[in-house]
Amino acid sequence: MDEPITLVSSFETTLSAAVLIDLAILTLLLICALAMINMRRLFGVAMLSGIYSLLSAVFFVDMDAVDVAFTEAAVGAGVSTVLILSGMALTARREDPVSKQRVFVPLVIVGIVGASLIYATVDMPHFGDPNSPANAYLGQAYVERSPVDIDVPNLVTGVLASYRGFDTLGEVVVVFTAGIACVLLLGAGSSRGGRRMTDDPMEEADPTAQQGEMPMEKTSS
Amino acid sequence: MMGHIILRVTIKLLFAPILLFGFYVQFHGDYGPGGGFQAGVILAVAFVLHALGYGVEATKKVVPPSILPKGMALGVLIYAGTGVVTLLLGENFLDYDVIQPDSHHNAGQHIGILVVEFGVGVAVAATMLQIFYVFAGREPEPQDDAW
Repeated sequence: MDEPITLVSSFETTLSAAVLIDLAILTLLLICALAMINMRRLFGVAMLSGIYSLLSAVFFVDMDAVDVAFTEAAVGAGVSTVLILSGMALTARREDPVSKQRVFVPLVIVGIVGASLIYATVDMPHFGDPNSPANAYLGQAYVERSPVDIDVPNLVTGVLASYRGFDTLGEVVVVFTAGIACVLLLGAGSSRGGRRMTDDPMEEADPTAQQGEMPMEKTSS
Repeated sequence: MMGHIILRVTIKLLFAPILLFGFYVQFHGDYGPGGGFQAGVILAVAFVLHALGYGVEATKKVVPPSILPKGMALGVLIYAGTGVVTLLLGENFLDYDVIQPDSHHNAGQHIGILVVEFGVGVAVAATMLQIFYVFAGREPEPQDDAW
């Protein structure tokens, strides 16, 4: 690209079949979200959140972000749904109705935030605009230099693991920390219960020693 | 118990292909979509599926919970260790070029990315399964008519 890069771009996204599919998926996402708000049965809400993630993954595929779609499908639709379900198995099956007075303030906050987000999209560059700041400078540099520097066909992997290897190390440490936190809070032998693992047959024969440590028993009955 | 026979047979059929796909995503991440994060999740999902069909106790016999924290730490260690190795070889942290400095095909970068992604995969798979274990192992299995 030889001509000087201007921030005001004349690039327009034309109304193509892909855009119509996008709109259809976005409508389905909206319906899914509204159904989640209305539903009181938590099993249905968990299933709908999985469907929501799967629809988002389809949306990302349509936006050519295949790696993001892959992650969304595996993590959002797969593991998250199972974790929500297994978490739900420990609590009530049904959400308690919320009183009308407590609805008002959150609704106003959500409305203001949503309106400002929509207002912000007016200034956003069009989808796929080659002259947008993100695509013109850094993105362009990655596309041009990656075959020389790294020579990995999947550009995303090259950026993720090599150019931004330090960031990814941080992400792995975040995942590690989340796992450690779950083990410490919920794992066997923690002070809040969890099932204590023991190889001693004498201890297993005495169930009251385990029951006494579980506050879940009192609240759920 | 026999009411789950279709689910169990399906899970048995799917288990090996899911694992294989996980490894494909892991080691093909340089060429196609995917990488350590996605592969780790897919590998963990295979065992989660097994636990859903056959009960957590059966899965805990296959993957004992005691090895999972070690797997989490090992994954982070593989990643950070790659950085330390490049440091010791006299370059910047995570500068993979120094692994194969004479290569004209960026072999050092390829090896570095492969090793690092493997560390990510190990850490993510162990963490996902660990989180599932601590959630699912707290109470007896939910009743069939619970919902």
